[in-house]
Amino acid sequence: MITTANLSKTYGDKQVLNIEHLEIPKGQSFGLVGNNGAGKTTYFSLLLDLIQPTTGHIKNNNVLVHESEDWKPFTSAFIDETFLIGYLTPEEYFYFIGELRGQNKADVDSLIAQFEDFFHGEILGQKKYLRDLSKGNQKKAGIVAALIGNPEVIILDEPFANLDPTTQIRLKGIIKNLAEKQGVTVLVSSHDLMHVTEVCERIVVLEKGAVVKDLATNEATLKELEAHFSGSEVI
Amino acid sequence: MFHILRKTVKTQPSNMRLKHFFSLEWKSFFRSASFKMNLALKIIMLIFAFIMILYFLGLGVGAFYLIEKHLDADPLEVVNRFLIFYVFIDLVFRYFLQNMPIINIKPLLYLPIKKGKVVNFALNKTIISFFNCVHAFFFIPFSIVLVVEGYSIVNVIGWHLAIMGLIFCNNFINVFVNNKDVVFYGIIGSIITLIGLAYYDIFDITVYTAPVFQAFYNLPYLAIITIALAIVLYKTAFTYFRNNFYLDAGLAKKNVVAQTEDFTWLNRFGSMSTFLKNDIKLIKRNKRSKTTLMMSVIFLFYGLLFFTGAVEAYDGPFWRVFAGIFVTGGFLFSFGQFVPSWDSAYYPLMMSQNIKYKEYISSKWYLIVIATIVSTILSSFYLYFGWQAYAAVIVGGIYNVGVNAHIVLWGGAYIKTPIDLTSNKKAFGDKKAFNIKTLLLTIPKIVLPMILYAIGHFAVGELFGFALVAIVGLAGLLFRNKVFDIIEKIYKSEKYKTLKAYKQTN
Repeated sequence: MITTANLSKTYGDKQVLNIEHLEIPKGQSFGLVGNNGAGKTTYFSLLLDLIQPTTGHIKNNNVLVHESEDWKPFTSAFIDETFLIGYLTPEEYFYFIGELRGQNKADVDSLIAQFEDFFHGEILGQKKYLRDLSKGNQKKAGIVAALIGNPEVIILDEPFANLDPTTQIRLKGIIKNLAEKQGVTVLVSSHDLMHVTEVCERIVVLEKGAVVKDLATNEATLKELEAHFSGSEVI
Repeated sequence: MFHILRKTVKTQPSNMRLKHFFSLEWKSFFRSASFKMNLALKIIMLIFAFIMILYFLGLGVGAFYLIEKHLDADPLEVVNRFLIFYVFIDLVFRYFLQNMPIINIKPLLYLPIKKGKVVNFALNKTIISFFNCVHAFFFIPFSIVLVVEGYSIVNVIGWHLAIMGLIFCNNFINVFVNNKDVVFYGIIGSIITLIGLAYYDIFDITVYTAPVFQAFYNLPYLAIITIALAIVLYKTAFTYFRNNFYLDAGLAKKNVVAQTEDFTWLNRFGSMSTFLKNDIKLIKRNKRSKTTLMMSVIFLFYGLLFFTGAVEAYDGPFWRVFAGIFVTGGFLFSFGQFVPSWDSAYYPLMMSQNIKYKEYISSKWYLIVIATIVSTILSSFYLYFGWQAYAAVIVGGIYNVGVNAHIVLWGGAYIKTPIDLTSNKKAFGDKKAFNIKTLLLTIPKIVLPMILYAIGHFAVGELFGFALVAIVGLAGLLFRNKVFDIIEKIYKSEKYKTLKAYKQTN
C-alpha cells in the first residue's frame, strides 16, 4: 500500500530523516516509535505532502505523494490541532469533513453514532466550539473526523497522548477493528510502548531519522522495545 | 527562547532587565516567517513616517505665519479652536494605526519576572511610539515660533506641556479603547456629529473648548491637570493589565453558547457551498473577522469626506473614483487581501484534504462580490450629492467586482501572515482588521482606476471617465477563470512555504 524509497529530509546540513526502504502492506496496523526528534512527525508530514522530501519518494497506493494529489481521497489523518477548525462545533466539523470526502449528512451521522462510547458524552451536543473543548476532547473529535469517508489509509500522530485511560482503551479497540476487520492501513506513532505493542502488528523504531528496528509484534516485543529504549539491550 | 530567559534569570535573579524583552522582540521580528514582507513594509512605513514628519515640521514652522497672513487672527487662538478636533482625530488615527504592544504572556507568567515589569515594559513601549513623537515635530517648532514672535515663554511652555499631557492621555486611552469597539464607534460618531454641527453653524463645540486651551496658555500652571490625567491613565492601565495578568482573569475567553448551523439554503451553490458555509461561520464567529464587517460599514460613509467638500484636498475630480472604490470596497480590502490567511490556523487540514482549489477560491470570490454589491446598493444615498457622486460609487463597485476582486485574491496568495483568529485570548492581541499593512496593500488597487478616470476625464469628459472605469471593470470579469487558474497554481507552488509560514503564530 505504502512504499517508501530512498526517502530523506535535510534541513540545512542536518539530516532529520533517512529511510532507504519501507513497505507497508494494505490492512496493516503499523506503529512508529522513537524518541523526540527521531523523525516520526517528519515522516507523517512527508506522507501527507505537507513538506517536501529532499531525496526519494513515497508511493501511496502507487500514487507518487509529492507529485500527484490523487492519494487524498483515500487517505486521512489527524496530526495535531491544526487539523481542527476551531470556530466550528464538532458536528459542523464532521459534516464539513464529510462534504469534502463526498459523504452526506446521513452517512456522517451514522458513522459518528458508532462512536458514542468513545465520545463519552463530551463531544456531541455540547453547544461548544472545538476551540473551547479541552485538549483531550479536541483529540477525540479529530480522530473520529479522520475516520469519515471510508479512508483506506489512516495516519494518527500520537493518538494516545492527552487522552484519559478509558478513552485510550476504547481507541485501541477502534484501531484494532479498523485494521483487522475493515482492511484499513493504520499508521500510528506513539511514545507509549505498551499501547503500540497492543495495537500494532508491526513496530518500527526510528532513531535520528533512520529505521533501527522493524519488528513483527509478539509477546516478547514489549520487553525488547523497553530494553532498547533503556539502553540496556543485550544482543 | 525559554532557554535564554532561564539562563539570564539565573545569573541575575533579581534583575530582569528591559534588554531581555527587547531581545525577545528583536528576535521575533527577525525570525518571523514573514520577515521579508515585514521588512519591505517597514521600509515603506518609514518613508511614510518621514513624509509625515516633514509635513508636521513644515506646519509647525509655517502655521503661525500662514494663519497670521491669511486669516488675520491670533494664530494661537486659531490653533486652540481646532485643537479639540486635532486631539480627537489623533485618537482615531491611533485606533486604526497604532500597534498595541503585543506580548504573549503565557510563557512569561510562571517565570521569575515581576508581573509589573512585563506590564510596564508593554506600556512604556507605547510611549516611544511614532504616534507620540510625531506631534513633537509640530508643537516644538510651533512653540518656538510663538516665543520668537513675542509670546511669553513661561506661558508657551505651560501650554506646550498641557498639550503633551493630552497627547499622552490619548496614548493610554487608546490602549484601553483598542479592545472596546463600542467606545471607539461612539467617539467616531460624536466627532462626525460635532464637525457636522459646527460646519452647518448649528452648534460649535470649539466655542466651549477654545477657551479651555487658551486657559492653558494664560494660566501655565494648569498644565499640571493634563499631565496628572495622563499619569492617572497610565496607572489605571497598569493596574488593569496587572490585575488581569492571569490566563483566566480578564483575558479569559467567554464561552459562547455554540449553535450548530446548517445553512441548508446555501446548498443551491452546489459543491462550493461547503466552503461558503464555512466562510460565513468564520466571519460570524471570530472577533477579528467580525471587525472586517464593521469596517465595511464604516467605509460606506468614507465618501462623505469627498462629496460634501468637507476636505478641500479631496475636491479634485479623480478623488471621486478614489471614494467610489473605497466606499464599495471596504470588505473587499479588509477581507479579500488575506485569503487564504483566514484559514491559516487549519491550513494543514485543508492541504491534506481533497480540496478543489477552484471551489475554494470561488467561494471567497462570491463572498467578496456579494459584499461589494450589497455595499453598492447601500451607498445609494450618495445620489443626494449629485449624479457624479452616485456614478462614482457605481463604477467603483463595478471595478471592484471585475478587477479588484481578482487582484486581491491574487495578491493574497503571496501574503503569508497567519491570522490568529483566537487573538482575543491575548492580553494585547492584534484584533484589528484594518491596519497599516492592509492600507499599503490597498493603494495600488486604487491608483489604476483613478488614472483610467483621469484619462477619460481629460480626453472627453466626466461621463467618459466613468464609462472607462466601468468598461475596464466589466472586461475584468472575462478573465475570471484565467485568474483563478493562476491563483490555483500559486497555491500549489507556494504550498510548502505557506504551510511553514502559517506554523508561526506570531
